[in-house]
Amino acid sequence: MERTTRRHLERVGIALTGLFAVVMMLFLALEWLQEYPYAGTLYDQYTVAGMWLDYYLGTSVFGYSFMLRSIATGVLVGIAAPLVGTYLVHREMALIGETLAHTAFAGVAIGLLFSATTDWDGSLLAAALVVAVIGALLVQFLSERTNTYGDVPIAIMLTGSFAVGTLIISYGRGGFSGVSIEDYLFGSAAVIPAEGARLVAILTVAVVAVVAITYKQLLFITFDEQAARVARLNVTWYNTLLIVMTAVVVVGAMQIMGVILVAAMLVIPVAAASQVAHGFRETLSLSILFGQLSVLGGFGFAISQGLPPGGSIVVVAIAIYGLAILASSRSGNAISMH
Amino acid sequence: MEHVTFSYGETVAIRDVSLTIEAGDFLGLVGPNGSGKTTLLHLMLGLHSPDSGRIELFGQPVDEFDQGGRIGYVSQKATSRGGTMPVTVREAVTMGRFAHAGHSRLTDDDREIVDDSLETVGITDLSDRRINELSGGQRQRAYIARALASEADLLALDEPTVGVDAESRDAFYKLLDSLNDAGITIVLIEHDIGVVTDRADRVACINTELFHHGDTESFVESDALEQAYGSTGQVVHHHH
Repeated sequence: MERTTRRHLERVGIALTGLFAVVMMLFLALEWLQEYPYAGTLYDQYTVAGMWLDYYLGTSVFGYSFMLRSIATGVLVGIAAPLVGTYLVHREMALIGETLAHTAFAGVAIGLLFSATTDWDGSLLAAALVVAVIGALLVQFLSERTNTYGDVPIAIMLTGSFAVGTLIISYGRGGFSGVSIEDYLFGSAAVIPAEGARLVAILTVAVVAVVAITYKQLLFITFDEQAARVARLNVTWYNTLLIVMTAVVVVGAMQIMGVILVAAMLVIPVAAASQVAHGFRETLSLSILFGQLSVLGGFGFAISQGLPPGGSIVVVAIAIYGLAILASSRSGNAISMH
Repeated sequence: MEHVTFSYGETVAIRDVSLTIEAGDFLGLVGPNGSGKTTLLHLMLGLHSPDSGRIELFGQPVDEFDQGGRIGYVSQKATSRGGTMPVTVREAVTMGRFAHAGHSRLTDDDREIVDDSLETVGITDLSDRRINELSGGQRQRAYIARALASEADLLALDEPTVGVDAESRDAFYKLLDSLNDAGITIVLIEHDIGVVTDRADRVACINTELFHHGDTESFVESDALEQAYGSTGQVVHHHH
């Protein structure tokens, strides 16, 4: 009985999260289309609603579209990151996110260099995305070659790409204007450009769709890779898919969380969920719920204290993790003594 | 498999092994530690490609074989990941249907097959438990149930009872016997020679090379065991 109630609550939570995500995605879509009739009017309703929220909470943030955009990005990242992270954590690849974030940082630097020295006027995020995906494929290649997901290729990629990034930025110091490297390193609620938020929306929809389609295969290779190979699943292909999805999520999450903290969203909600969940499906649901709570709680804390959201989100996530450990040791059913 | 040779770098793991397993066999694969038993099994299943020689699975070259559902495989490592990952017994057994379902949704038929498999190995009452809460013996049953759910014709087991208490082990081997009687081919790697001579009807004894392949009686009478183990290893004998 208790279990059905719990399952019911989880379903309601996931449904609410989904609904909220759709509302925020609609905001991003309207922002994009605001020059068209109706869209502009609807778009204004969001800021009006934000102002009312400000009025009731005594804040002055929600009435600004850049803030709503950041929250929308956070909400979407809070879905996509734990979703992919659940597979990564249980494949013992928790730090791959950190590595790809550093690769993405190198991508930002390369993008800056390109736009400073050539006529190229593309988005830095697109550059980050391309470089992170290349980095992901490279890590995958290295780990296939060394026949293990040892952390050596990961450590080399992590430091190597960060080294390249810092070299390029030092080289171009003074020449790169208008971009604060700190915002990329530590994340910021204020810098997320409209196209960055739209990119996150598109990528989130893509990631959720891919996981929905390949849920079974990803679960099988995560749980028992050899048996999955024997069952003639194309393990290399699914591994590649997973790591490319990670790169995609990391580039999206990097804007809010910052390069250094991005792995937290992939790992901490999953760790908390794994403490209390009974099965894998429940772990997925709880990871997303915990991720969402961390994002919203983190934003709340950041706004009320005037601090950056990245660190706040991580601290809230860790608080949830702590509670999950307490809950599981009390009920005594999740920690095994094997 | 015919004249199969396989090396890890410079080290030859399997040399010129030829071996045929007939449908319905219960083959025990024995040999000292590091003799290449697991490697041989991996070669049969297509997890490694041989350096030379030919391997066929169900009459098809192994690298073209695509009916993954026909093989149920329980690796030595299978139990380790199950030790930490939050997966219910039912979820683990349902994985046996994945090769059949592909990207489409699981049907009621799939769920029924999973229920039947859980019942066959006698763990229906544990189906909602996390697999890491089970004892070693129960966990092995869950893996067998997964193989049954895939409707496998061939069960490949790599030392399935390491860390399982004697009583559950006996029950486990009885279960294998009854599955074999039902027509499922079984290939079993086992360090306990006693179990193999008790249960299997054919034995392959290897130490890089194949020392014996035939029925159990002729294996017991032959000196293959001494040859294979040489002076390097200790033969494990258990009395049942």
